[in-house]
Amino acid sequence: MSATSQEAAPMPPKQETPFRRFISEYSESPVAVVSFIVVVLIVAIALLAPWISPQDPYDLAQLDIMDGRQPPGSRSMETGLFFWLGTDDQGRDMLSGIMYGLRISLGVGVGSAVIACIIGSALGLIAAFAGGKVDTGIMRLVDLQLSFPAILVALMILAFLGKGVMNVMLALVIVEWARFARTARSAALVEARREYMEAAKCLALPQWRLVFRHMLPNCMPPIIVIFTILVARSITLEATLSFLGLGVPITEPSLGLLIANGYQYMLSGKYWISFYPGIALLVTIMAINLVGDQMRDVLNPRLKR
Amino acid sequence: MTTWMLRRLIQAAFVMLVMTVIVFIGVNVIGDPVEILISPEADQAERARAVAALGLDKPLWEQYWRFLSGALQGDLGRSFVFNEPALKLIAQRMPATLELAITAVLLSVIIGIPLGLYAGLKPNSIGGRIIMGGSILGFSLPTFWVGLMLIMVFAVQLGWLPSTGRGPTRELFGVHWSFLTWDGLRHMALPALNLALGNIALVLRLTRAGVRENLPMDYVKFARAKGISPNRVVFVHVLKNILIPIVTVVGLEIGGLIAFAVVTESVFAWPGMGKLIIDSINVLDRPVIVAYLMMIVLLFVVINLIVDLLYTVLDPRVRLETKE
Repeated sequence: MSATSQEAAPMPPKQETPFRRFISEYSESPVAVVSFIVVVLIVAIALLAPWISPQDPYDLAQLDIMDGRQPPGSRSMETGLFFWLGTDDQGRDMLSGIMYGLRISLGVGVGSAVIACIIGSALGLIAAFAGGKVDTGIMRLVDLQLSFPAILVALMILAFLGKGVMNVMLALVIVEWARFARTARSAALVEARREYMEAAKCLALPQWRLVFRHMLPNCMPPIIVIFTILVARSITLEATLSFLGLGVPITEPSLGLLIANGYQYMLSGKYWISFYPGIALLVTIMAINLVGDQMRDVLNPRLKR
Repeated sequence: MTTWMLRRLIQAAFVMLVMTVIVFIGVNVIGDPVEILISPEADQAERARAVAALGLDKPLWEQYWRFLSGALQGDLGRSFVFNEPALKLIAQRMPATLELAITAVLLSVIIGIPLGLYAGLKPNSIGGRIIMGGSILGFSLPTFWVGLMLIMVFAVQLGWLPSTGRGPTRELFGVHWSFLTWDGLRHMALPALNLALGNIALVLRLTRAGVRENLPMDYVKFARAKGISPNRVVFVHVLKNILIPIVTVVGLEIGGLIAFAVVTESVFAWPGMGKLIIDSINVLDRPVIVAYLMMIVLLFVVINLIVDLLYTVLDPRVRLETKE
């Protein structure tokens, strides 16, 4: 109750908006800036894949089995297309395959993280605000869920439901909501004791408005941080599940499935079918993680200088 | 202490019960139980007979009761593929997985603690920074990809180590183990390292954080003032205090390693439980899937229980708290 003097201070001058301050603090680390640019590039590649890829890897008319398993830097005998990263066993250009694979990997990863974020944060806020039995109930469920490793829970769900993009996303949502719930609840418990919440309560605002209009925006920083990290985690998990043959179907290959397809050829020295999709996956995961790390450092009030 | 243990046991049993309900609902309500429990080759008459024999015409709660009492007697159905009791199949594959997981734990401690000590004692040295940077890779690289790279480098390019299978095994206490033969150990090297990678990073970070936290404390200053050699201060006094969180986390991670062995075993064709479950899911051998899930849940509940108990033994503060 005594540390409120800073919050009550007048708004800083116009140039120093919280957003600008965030940008300037974030840019202090060159690695983080590069990572952010890489993430933007990867998202752009994924979105623009149909227009910028040299070949539509899933249009069978464009494929030629004679081009199968060509090493990187070779040229198609039929169409004269240059294969920067080689071809797979069907004669698909790996570069195009990776661009399309990124679409699915990112789509599944970001999509499931968004849904898990909405469900998890809402439940976390409700738990913090309602307290009592609701709180205990939700948090017990969270504890129970987090005591089992993510891969096991996902495996279990996919064993029941079978493979498919929707089923993978459902599995990822079920795996991840608990982390959002825990983060949102701990942030909300801190916010609930703040003076602005007391003020809002005194205005006799409805409960939903208190929670979602007043409390939620102030709980966002930790949720955003955990969101970036969980996007990277769900991309990894999806790739792992697809590699095991439990994830996305062959008609919609993500990076993990591309790697799995090349696995059998690796022992005979045809490394590129697995290797380059692996590099793409790696760069994606590392870049997102580094962005998340820097955001955590900037947004964490305990580390404030 | 006894009431605490009793409460902890009841809690564990309750979690176990909840998981049987989830697995039961997963198999019998979400999936089609006729498809799941009866071989797809069966004709109409056989099918009807099997439905009656399995009690699928009975109400749901009665079916659950049958499932539960069967599970308690160790009967979780027969595998379609191997035509053997599912539980027996899993028991046969378990030593391979356990041996892999335990080797991975040993590796993570043997590699992780020295590296963590070094990074903690010399946080600003180049070596310390490289170790910390590398540990981020250990966390975020996908296990299966690292496994592929290990195969590519050590098995395909250099040809040092074998990449698939378990190698020759030798019997001990009626179970076949790989670690008793030299060639078996060579087969185990890559998969164990692959499985251990995430845990090496974890142990390393915990050790480093522990060293950084403990070094400025009074007891370290006091030990130094007494003239105890710097090595003894680090390896006896500080290490003892760091070990408590490490033991807890490593203990908890054993379960995670057994779960993650699913990935490593698939990459290295290691014939353990994890490979069995993936193969079973791919051919829809559902009794094996159910049996695996029940076994692994039991394993988890037991591990959590043991770690809790160990923690009470190791950390007197926890013990004193529960006494009051």
